[in-house]
Amino acid sequence: MSKDKREPVTLKNIRRIWSVFFVALFLFFFFSADFSRMKGYQVGLFLQADPLVWLAGLLTGWTVYTGMALALFIIVPTLFLGRFFCSWICPLGIMNQWISRLWPGRRRAEDYSMNEYRPLFRLKYYILAALLALAAMGSLQIGLLDPIALIHRSFIISVGPAADLGLGVIYQRPQLFLGGALIGALFIALILANRHSPRFWCRALCPLGAMLGVISLGSVYRIRRDVDKCTDCNKCLRGCQGACDPQGALRIAECHVCMNCIDDCPEDALTFGVPEERSSIHAPLDVNRRRLMETAVAAAALYPIMKSSLTGETTAQAAVIRPPGSLAEPDFLRRCIKCAMCMRACPTNVLQPALLEAGFEGLWTPVLINQIGWCESHCVMCGQVCPTGAIMPLTVQQRAGTPGKAPPMKLGTAFYDRGRCLPWAMNVECIVCEEVCPTSPKAIWFEVKEITNRDGSTRKLKMPYVDPKLCIGCGICENKCPVRDKAAIRVTSVGETRSKTNQMLLGK
Amino acid sequence: MTSSLRKTEQDMLDRRQFMKRAAGLCAGAAGAAGVSWIASSDAPVRHAAEKIYTLPTFGAEGTIHPRLAIVHGADPVTMVKAAVDRMGGITRFIKPGEKVVIKPNVAWDRLPEQAANTNPLVVAAVVQLVMEARPSSVVVTDVSLNDPLRCFDRSGIRQAAEQAGAKVWIPGANDFRSANLDGELLKVWPVSRAFLEADRVINIPMVKHHSLCGSSLAQKNWYGILGGRRNQLHQNIHTSIADLAGAMRPTLTVMDATRSLMANGPTGGSLNDVKVFDTIIAGTDEVAIDSYSMGLLGADPATVEFMEMSQKRGLGVIDWRSAGFVEFSV
Repeated sequence: MSKDKREPVTLKNIRRIWSVFFVALFLFFFFSADFSRMKGYQVGLFLQADPLVWLAGLLTGWTVYTGMALALFIIVPTLFLGRFFCSWICPLGIMNQWISRLWPGRRRAEDYSMNEYRPLFRLKYYILAALLALAAMGSLQIGLLDPIALIHRSFIISVGPAADLGLGVIYQRPQLFLGGALIGALFIALILANRHSPRFWCRALCPLGAMLGVISLGSVYRIRRDVDKCTDCNKCLRGCQGACDPQGALRIAECHVCMNCIDDCPEDALTFGVPEERSSIHAPLDVNRRRLMETAVAAAALYPIMKSSLTGETTAQAAVIRPPGSLAEPDFLRRCIKCAMCMRACPTNVLQPALLEAGFEGLWTPVLINQIGWCESHCVMCGQVCPTGAIMPLTVQQRAGTPGKAPPMKLGTAFYDRGRCLPWAMNVECIVCEEVCPTSPKAIWFEVKEITNRDGSTRKLKMPYVDPKLCIGCGICENKCPVRDKAAIRVTSVGETRSKTNQMLLGK
Repeated sequence: MTSSLRKTEQDMLDRRQFMKRAAGLCAGAAGAAGVSWIASSDAPVRHAAEKIYTLPTFGAEGTIHPRLAIVHGADPVTMVKAAVDRMGGITRFIKPGEKVVIKPNVAWDRLPEQAANTNPLVVAAVVQLVMEARPSSVVVTDVSLNDPLRCFDRSGIRQAAEQAGAKVWIPGANDFRSANLDGELLKVWPVSRAFLEADRVINIPMVKHHSLCGSSLAQKNWYGILGGRRNQLHQNIHTSIADLAGAMRPTLTVMDATRSLMANGPTGGSLNDVKVFDTIIAGTDEVAIDSYSMGLLGADPATVEFMEMSQKRGLGVIDWRSAGFVEFSV
């Protein structure tokens, strides 16, 4: 086909439209996932439809949690059509693609060598093997590198708050996140990797891409090259997104089905469809089986090491306060993919990505840091948006309890630090904690005591106490305490509803 | 010039080149000296001087009589209208084209029936009435203690205010300005921009219990204009309330006593603590209004420290009967 007879409705252009649509959809969901905007939008759709989340969750939890069967909408078509997800749907892949086209100073002639297959691209299969081996043992670490979890986390914790800084369009108040700079820096590194070669992340690192690549090995519909028509001009390499050798023996596991090569071929030698008599042969999956086994075994060996570490799972940790509706810690770690959706939906910014508080396994899982926010006593947003059920969706009634029937959800218990508390330590009137305590009757109560001042005079002062049976561990007392740097009342996880062992009171 | 720079040091400079280069060096030296001169300071870091605002006085012109209208009834719209009409009508308070800010109590993430925030029906009634005076804008705002979006939505106040024609405005982190409250204890504090830009302010507090100072009423409602280290005000709550009441003089106060929170305040949460009074108290004397309201809560206003302070400062009278009042039912 000569260039002047360009057809506007090509598979490539259809793919472009879908890619813009899905990136826009991702941004819309990101923008909408809070209290005032959610209005029933299925904001976790990308995460629920993620095949790697589906598979790894199946391995760790032995269930396909509500909504996650949506992954079949990706898996089944991939069986027939190949790894179309990566260039048609995946917001991270598409953003990588756009950004890699933006680098200035890269000459067109360089595109050919940039889009050649390299042995380095095997790495993603080893990463997939390691993550799945860990999942099979019962440790869910796919969230670290799953592209959908990764892009949600990066946007929620770093990109969004940074973009909104000083604007206030996305957030009611500026968001702060623990270690946000680290997550932001990793995201920037991943974007900069496109300088090394286009879509470096997708080609070399992405475990979801690897999984879809494996699924696509038996696909019927593929890019087919007619060896008679082909003049070996290599022009098909120019726009090749997957670096899948369309000019030679196509590597189907690498092919993103981006359809660029079809448009770029001056001889009409490339088509998408079933094989014909003159179609070129295709290359098998390029992995070193021994290396694959080694990585999987190494990863599996990591499991007992992690399980014999001090974590929130092996020993109750004061600072590991999980959002309301969270599963018990071992189950929580089997479900949480570190996508940070709960942190997006949280109205007070109290949910924070843990660093090592919950152990290495708990990296970037949500914990409450009450110095930043508090848990609104009637809010259930985090459970509503959690795609994997690590935080169960609660009704407000379940969360708040019914007086005399069902107890409220308890996240932990507040304790006074009497050495820092204004009335207790300094004879200064305060009880802000009592004012803001949301339970009825209030878990924080006070006793009017007559105290003696330094000069010998006496006066009456209200001395606060916590009733541990009523305290729900929401942490608003800690947040509003005027002792700012380290509050005089602090919540720790003991007494949390989700744990049978992290309890202190007899008969609870 | 460029060509001379490329030469090696051994090269001779001719007179013209020498003059040029010398002039350039002198200009550079003078520039550096000038910058040092201009930027010279005892302060290690330069900050723009912060503008300190003062709160305008929003009081109505002329004498308002009676200063208190106590209305009993079932329908907030008729009650509010009747109360204000007896004080001369809304046009006594608001002139066409003025910017009106309405300050209900929207501190908590609670439902209307839990009586921790102003009754949304009263908010709607006040907005409706204010709209009759043809202001240029009506803004309903507060600085909530719980998440403000949840507070405004779940209290029903956002919907009520917007349906009645007002705009709900929630201050963001950058919407506070330093204002001199000129109080005994409270000097310069961050104040929500809305109150500094308004022509008229209407206070719509509610009657509720508060553990530390007994009650949270009209004067206490001005906590909700402040940002910053507001949680420190508890350390001297009575002086803080009196200071705020002195700094913030509203055009009109409409106290919501349709239903009140009698215990477990100011957050409440249980319907057992809610008592229905079906009463609205409108007026221009916040001390008198608070005094009457304390009666509803069963407290003695004469023994309350901040009431005494406010009366002494001339903000109003504790003996509300002496303020000039009408009481009727509609």
